Amino acid sequence: MENITLEKPIPIGESKLQGETVTLRKIGRVERVLGPDNYRVLKGMFKTPASIFGFILIALFVLIAIFAPLIAPPVNPNDPFKIPRDGFKSDPQPMMSPWNRNAPPLPFWWGIMPTDDWVHVLGTSQGQYDVFYGIVWGTRTAFKTGTVVVLATLLIGILVGSVSSFYGGRVDNVIMRIVDVFLTLPFILAALIMAAVLTPRIGRTLVPAMLALITFGWMGYSRIIRGDILTVKERDYVMAARVVGVKDRRILFRHILPNAIFPTIVLASLAIGDVVLSFAALSFLGIGTEVGFADWGQLLSFARNWIISLDEYWYIIVWPGLVLTMFVMGWNLVGDALRDVLDPRMRGKT
Amino acid sequence: MTAYIIRRLLLVPVLLFGVTVLIFGMLQFLTPVERSALYVRDIPKTEKALDGIIKRYGLDQPMYVQYWRWLVGKEDQVTGKRVGGILFGDFGYSRVGSEPVINLIKRRFPNTLDLTLWAVLPVILVGIWLGVQCAVHQDTLIDQAGRIFSIVGASFPTFVFGLLVLMIFYANLGWFPPGRLSDWAVIVVASPGFNNYTSLITIDALLNARIDVFWDAMRHMILPILTLAYLNWAVFLRVTRSSMLETLRQEYITTARSKGLRENDVVQKHARPNAMITVVTLAGFTVVGLMGGVVITETVFDYPGIGKAAADAAAQMDVVTVLGFALFNGMILIVANLVVDIIYAVIDPRVRLS
Repeated sequence: MENITLEKPIPIGESKLQGETVTLRKIGRVERVLGPDNYRVLKGMFKTPASIFGFILIALFVLIAIFAPLIAPPVNPNDPFKIPRDGFKSDPQPMMSPWNRNAPPLPFWWGIMPTDDWVHVLGTSQGQYDVFYGIVWGTRTAFKTGTVVVLATLLIGILVGSVSSFYGGRVDNVIMRIVDVFLTLPFILAALIMAAVLTPRIGRTLVPAMLALITFGWMGYSRIIRGDILTVKERDYVMAARVVGVKDRRILFRHILPNAIFPTIVLASLAIGDVVLSFAALSFLGIGTEVGFADWGQLLSFARNWIISLDEYWYIIVWPGLVLTMFVMGWNLVGDALRDVLDPRMRGKT
Repeated sequence: MTAYIIRRLLLVPVLLFGVTVLIFGMLQFLTPVERSALYVRDIPKTEKALDGIIKRYGLDQPMYVQYWRWLVGKEDQVTGKRVGGILFGDFGYSRVGSEPVINLIKRRFPNTLDLTLWAVLPVILVGIWLGVQCAVHQDTLIDQAGRIFSIVGASFPTFVFGLLVLMIFYANLGWFPPGRLSDWAVIVVASPGFNNYTSLITIDALLNARIDVFWDAMRHMILPILTLAYLNWAVFLRVTRSSMLETLRQEYITTARSKGLRENDVVQKHARPNAMITVVTLAGFTVVGLMGGVVITETVFDYPGIGKAAADAAAQMDVVTVLGFALFNGMILIVANLVVDIIYAVIDPRVRLS
C-alpha cells in the first residue's frame, strides 16, 4: 500500500493517479513524522489485548514510582531508599503486625485502612525490614537501573554496530568476532563475575551490578542495528549522497542511522523488563546493594534464609515475587506484540 | 561441507584467545596481591614476603608478560615444578575453598552433569511437543493457552519460581528437599562398599544396585528439573511454534494434503522433521547451557554444582575462583557450540552453502 501526501486535501478512497490505482487514506501527524514503516510498528504494539494489558501494567508501575513518597512516606526524606526497620529481630513478622519503633508518617490513603496506626501492611522481612516500603521504593530502583542500563547498552550497541556495518570488510569481521567473544560466556555468569570484580573497588551500591549488565548487554543491539544498516546502506539516497561527495561520518549519522535506528530503539526500550530481571538476579545471588536498600532482588534474597519455614513466612517471597513478575510481564507482553510486527514475514500486513 | 567445517574450526582458536583475553582483562581489576592467588595458596602476611611473591611471579611486569605466564605458567626456580598455567589446568587457588580451583571444579562438575542428564529429556521433548500442539491448533483455545503459558514462563524470574516451588513442595508438603543427598545417603556414598564408577551419583547408585540412594538423589533433583523445565518450555514452545507454522505454510505441505494424506501424517512425517531444524540448534544450546551450570537454579535449590560454586565464590568476592569457573565454562561452551554448529550444517544444507 502506497501512502501519498499531497498539498491539497483529496478524497479518501481509491483514486487513479498516473494510470495506477492507489488507495488514499488520511495520514496523521505521528505517521508523517515517523514514516510509514515505523508508524506500523508503533500501531502494532497497541493492537492486541495482551499488549494493552502490558501497557497498563507498565503505566501502573510508572505511577507507583512517581508517587512513591506519597504511597510510602520515607522516615528520612534525605535517604528514602533505605528501608525503615522496626527493630532488629531476625525472624520475619506477619502481615498487619503493628509498627513499634521508627514508624514512618501516615500516607494519604490510610483512611481506607481499619487501623489508625501504621502497620506492616505486607509484613516485615528478616531484620524487620518493611516489605511494603521495600516494594514501593524498589519500583524506583527498578526504573532507575533499567533505564540507565538500557540507554548505555543501546548507545554502545549502536556505535559498535554502525561502525562495523558501515565500514564492512575487515573492520566488520574483527568487530563481529569481538562480539562473539562477549557472547561466549553465559550472560548471568559473566555479569556475576564482573560485578564481583567491581564491587570491592566501587563499594556495595547499584553501580557495580549496573556496569556489569552494561558490559555484557550491548551485543544484541549491535547485531540488530548492523543488520538494519546493511539494508539501508543499499538504498538509492545513500548512493546519491556518496556521489555528491558527502563525508563518511555525515552519511552514517545523517542519512543511514536515522533510517535504521527505530526498531532497535523500540526493542531496547522494552528490554527494561529483562534488565530489571537480571539486576534482581544479581542481587539475589548476593552481589548488589548494601543490606536494607530498597531493591526487589534483595527482598527476595532474604527469603533464601527461611526456606524451611516458608509455609509460615510465605509473604516474604510471594509479594516481592509477584511484583517483580508483574513488572517483567508488562514489558514482555508489549514486547511480544512488537516481535510479531517486526517479524519480516509480517511486513505488508497492517 | 568440509570448507564450512574448516572455516568453523578456524574460529575456535580465535574465540579461545578472545575469551582468555577477556578473563585476563577482568583479572587486571585486582591488585597484584589479590592476583597472587593465581600462584600461591595463602596471602603472605608480611610486607616483605608480599613483595617477594609479586617479584617472583612477575605480578608487576607488563601485561603481555603476565598474560603469557598466566597462560603457560613458569617453572619454579626453587622446587623445579611448574606453577600456574591455565593451559595445563592450573587455575590458581580458591581462597574460599582453600584448595586449587581445578579440584573444586572436578568435584562439582559431576553434579551439574547429573542434573543436566535428567533435565534434558523432559525440557526438550515436552517443550517441542507443546510447540507443535500450538502450531497445529493455531488460533484455537490451545494456542492461546500456550501463548499465555509461554509469556508467563518468560516473565517468571527463575529464583521466584524456584522459591515458590520450594515453598509448596518443601516447606508445606515436605516432599522434595533442597540440597544433593540426605545425610544417610551421603554416608552410603562415602562408604567403601559403594563404587564410584562415574561420579554421577544417580548412575553410580544404579550400578551399585542401591535403588534407595538413586531415589534419594532424584528426590533432590525433581524441583530443579521442574524449574529448568518450566522456564525452558516457554522458549521451546515459542521457537517450535513459529518454525512449525512457517513450515506448514509451504507448498510441499499443500501438495501432501492435496494428495489426500491424512492430516496426522502431514504433520508428523512431512512438516515436523523440517520444522525441527531450527529447534535442534536451540536444543543444542540448551544442553550446553545446562552443562555450563545453571547459576541461579543451583543456588536456589542449594544444589552443589559448578553454578552454585561460582555464585558462592562471587558473593564472597573470591574473584580468582569465579574467573576459573568462567574459564572452564567458556572452554566447554566454545567446543560445544562448535559441535552444535556442525550438526546444524549437517542437517541443513542451506547453512553450509551460504
